[in-house]
Amino acid sequence: MTKILAVDDSASMRQMVSFTLKSAGFDVTEAADGVEALRAAKTNAFDVVISDVNMPNMDGLSLVRELRTLSNYRFVPILMLTTESSNDKKQAGRSAGATGWIVKPFNPDQLLSTVRKVIG
Amino acid sequence: MDIDLSQFYQVFFEESFEGLDTMEHELLHLEEDSDRENINTIFRAAHSIKGGSATFNFKEVAEFTHVMETLLDEMREGKRPVEKETVDLLLRSVDCLRGMLNRIQDGEEVGDSHIDLVNYFNELLSNGSSSGSDSPATEVDDSSADSEGEITRWSIHFEPEAYILETGNEPVRMFRELKGYGELTAKANLDKVPDFDELKPESCFMSWDLELDGEVDEDAIKETFEWVEDDCKLEIKPLSSAGGKAKAAKVVSANADETTEENEEEEVQTSNVKNMVPVASEKPAAKAAQKPASTASIRVGIDKVDTLIDLVGELVITQSMLSEVGENFDISKLNLLLSGLGELEQKTRELQESVMRIRMLPIGFVFNRLPRMVRDLSTQLSKKVNLEIKGESTELDKTVMEQIGDPLTHLVRNALDHGIESVDRRIEAGKSETGTLILNAFHQGGNIVIEISDDGAGINPDIIYRKAVEKGLIPDGIEMPREQILSLIMEPGFSTAEVVSDVSGRGVGMDVVKRNINNLGGNVEISSELGKGTTFTIRLPLTLAILDGQLIKVGDETFVLPLVSIIESVPLSMAETSRIAGDMPVYKLHEDYIPIIDLQEEFEIRKNLGASNDGLLAIVEGENRKIALRIDELLGQQQVVIKSLESHYKSIQGVSGATILGDGRVSLILDIVGLSKRASDRTHKKLVA
Repeated sequence: MTKILAVDDSASMRQMVSFTLKSAGFDVTEAADGVEALRAAKTNAFDVVISDVNMPNMDGLSLVRELRTLSNYRFVPILMLTTESSNDKKQAGRSAGATGWIVKPFNPDQLLSTVRKVIG
Repeated sequence: MDIDLSQFYQVFFEESFEGLDTMEHELLHLEEDSDRENINTIFRAAHSIKGGSATFNFKEVAEFTHVMETLLDEMREGKRPVEKETVDLLLRSVDCLRGMLNRIQDGEEVGDSHIDLVNYFNELLSNGSSSGSDSPATEVDDSSADSEGEITRWSIHFEPEAYILETGNEPVRMFRELKGYGELTAKANLDKVPDFDELKPESCFMSWDLELDGEVDEDAIKETFEWVEDDCKLEIKPLSSAGGKAKAAKVVSANADETTEENEEEEVQTSNVKNMVPVASEKPAAKAAQKPASTASIRVGIDKVDTLIDLVGELVITQSMLSEVGENFDISKLNLLLSGLGELEQKTRELQESVMRIRMLPIGFVFNRLPRMVRDLSTQLSKKVNLEIKGESTELDKTVMEQIGDPLTHLVRNALDHGIESVDRRIEAGKSETGTLILNAFHQGGNIVIEISDDGAGINPDIIYRKAVEKGLIPDGIEMPREQILSLIMEPGFSTAEVVSDVSGRGVGMDVVKRNINNLGGNVEISSELGKGTTFTIRLPLTLAILDGQLIKVGDETFVLPLVSIIESVPLSMAETSRIAGDMPVYKLHEDYIPIIDLQEEFEIRKNLGASNDGLLAIVEGENRKIALRIDELLGQQQVVIKSLESHYKSIQGVSGATILGDGRVSLILDIVGLSKRASDRTHKKLVA
């Protein structure tokens, strides 16, 4: 089963993402910030990471940078959840090593189709 | 997939209100020390609300938080100074958002309270350094639907950078997506693939020439490569169009401001992603009229839940041990049984305490709304006040907390209005011009103690005394201890404020504060030193669900009296009783006559034929009124769990609830205030008759 790590400091967004993915049959682990996510990532092998950008403690960009230094996560798809449609914000995500992004607001279907796209 | 988003609304509201509290709290500190982390926290809170509200289709909230966020972003980037006006505006926005969310939560119309503020924001932003706001609402970009006719064959040259795999982007993924648009032929170019020795498996040395046969527009193709557009060379050329008019390489102009390194020899560039954001295809449907269920919920720390689970586990072990003992019990196992029962008792008590702790929340929830009020009020009163908050993590029952908010607010308001002096008066009195207001909370015994102290002018007991005599509250010349005189300000209808200010109202209030606190089973004490300041001390029970009870016997019935209400008990044979007007029996307690209520008569309990002099008088007090209850016997004291009478039967004056005793019988818990009202009503009727 595909294992997904969903990272967002907002509980409602996290639950929405997690519920949607679980309903589609994915195995989802939740984390509320980058620090929590990194801890979870080190002890699990996730196939996809979906992370918010603005978070306390460790933000999404730092999380991506940290994950990319781990050998297990060099090639893993990492998707950023972002409200920014401006290009430099996306650019920042990509230069940190993110695979792509999902722009908020998104609905469950958009989330699923994007995730399915990266896992093939 | 059909997912009902409304299931996440409640969580969204909760976190949004929490976010607003955080914003308010940080905003209040912003003026003193505006470091970046402060603004970041505020920004993050606004950002989360915006993201959530957009996702859950609360459009007005999303739009409002968007302009707020734009302003905060400018502050964060240092493009806009932190000024009082801006902070004021943001604080007002917090209030406004709170109102909007409350209305949405209650299923009401959002209203247009926010429109003025939004306009104001927009005005401010357009005058500012940054360019205006780009709307968060996604729009469907239909510019690609040109009139040139559908192109049905595309040639795509895709040459990724070697590191592409390390961004998690797998070229095969994009090809697979393109295949969804039609027939795809791919030719891999292996020229740059090095010899085996130098081959780095994590790098991509290949490039591809693709031909896509299908009715698809260019934007869709570009969207497939959107995530990697800066990490590859990409050329998209139409080969033929259904309209027959094959176009020669249509050059898409790059947006100068966003392309990174431009490749000189590249003729065709891909860019202009600005309008290519994946879009929400459906507009939010007409707002569903469904009312979100607003059941109150509570956030519980995971440690509390873990403790509960541990305890339940231990309870199960004890239970299985006991049933083993019981299986073939003989008297030799008596000790085992007794120790097992002892364990059961202890575990049950621990479990009870842990369950109670679930309802406990830190008092910070109430304290946190006060800094804002202090700020607004001190500005309004032109006083300088420094608010210190201590012990905000002290926990108390959620219900108690909900009800202590108003009295606390009132006391703080009073301290600001009447306690702390104006700057001039403070300087005159040789004090620092900034007054200090301290809020403190701590546990003491089974109570929570809340202190509100100011370093203001203090209360002059002489003035209080004279005023009380004037108002006829006390007879002139009576000797009273200082504290008792001070507590007169909490008597109904008492007010010493020379001028009625619009801050603390018109003399109603302190008595209400006292009554509210009494209703919670607590009390207020005042201590004050003239010229030095005043301290109000509130003592409250930690929970309303459990009561320390005194069991009493009347006839064959057992009742429960709240232990705190009992002053003393006297054998009836030694009590000095008499009758006054209306044939009401009274008991002489010190200098006062207090009414005697015979519970046997009151509740029409079958008389047992004891001598009329048997029994006791229990002297009890509620809301400062003392009464004597004629009872037969005092039984034990125990903690009782309060069950509501209203929800199981109906409300009865003089009875505050019921509980179940150890032997399974139901016992009524007496309400002293209600009882004394019942008695005085009846006497009054008798007198009138």
